[in-house]
Amino acid sequence: MPKINNRPTSPHLQVYRLPLTGIISITHRMTGVLLSVGLILFVYILCSVAGGLKTYSVMQATMNLWQIQVVYWGFIYALFFHLCHGVRHLIWDSGNGFANQSLNCYAIIELFSSLLLTLTTFIFSLNTEVLWSLFHP
Amino acid sequence: MELIPPLTSRSSKGTSHWVMQRITAIALMPLSFWCIGFLNKCLNAPYHETVAWLVTPLNAICILAWLFVVFYHAALGLQVVLEDYVATESIRIIANWAINLCFIFLALISLFEMLNILSIG
Repeated sequence: MPKINNRPTSPHLQVYRLPLTGIISITHRMTGVLLSVGLILFVYILCSVAGGLKTYSVMQATMNLWQIQVVYWGFIYALFFHLCHGVRHLIWDSGNGFANQSLNCYAIIELFSSLLLTLTTFIFSLNTEVLWSLFHP
Repeated sequence: MELIPPLTSRSSKGTSHWVMQRITAIALMPLSFWCIGFLNKCLNAPYHETVAWLVTPLNAICILAWLFVVFYHAALGLQVVLEDYVATESIRIIANWAINLCFIFLALISLFEMLNILSIG
């Protein structure tokens, strides 16, 4: 029989209409969990490189399907979002950044910078592809 | 005011858990860019180019470091999520061990494959 523990758990999310900072806070958790699952994808890619040219080509073809690309860029955005909000957690840990009026401002900076980082990565990846096709027509 | 930690088996490890979560987070900030660089090569570059990139000492060390730190960070984070949302202690402990074992397994596969790539590259 499982022992029933009467200690309180975190309040359930659907009870509240969350403010922007609250949405960002739970998104930080969700992205963390999703990124953990995404590690399996990373291990698959690493295995395909170790497997040689054939498995590598299969992996590349699979990863470049548009459906997988959508998931992939979702992961990249999740990573940058988690990174940006993680930085804010570190600032909070130092005892700063708790002022009420600055919270929403920080939230928008986080969303904006994670979007910007994703976009930069996207442009960078396009660029290498274009460069590669220039040298290998 | 005296703060009394909750009486769980993990209570004595709470501080080191918190500290390690932060240390791994800081380490992951620069290392994540190596992960993205690697993925970018894998998805777009020809095979020999990806392998050549991966076997340079700096890239190999950073990817290996990223792998171990990221698995550690993920295990610590998921433990907190379990502690917050799973009230039944037995399920929580089993789930936590299952996650830890999965990550150890994935980390070992990654290490093995990295050594494999380094030997062929």
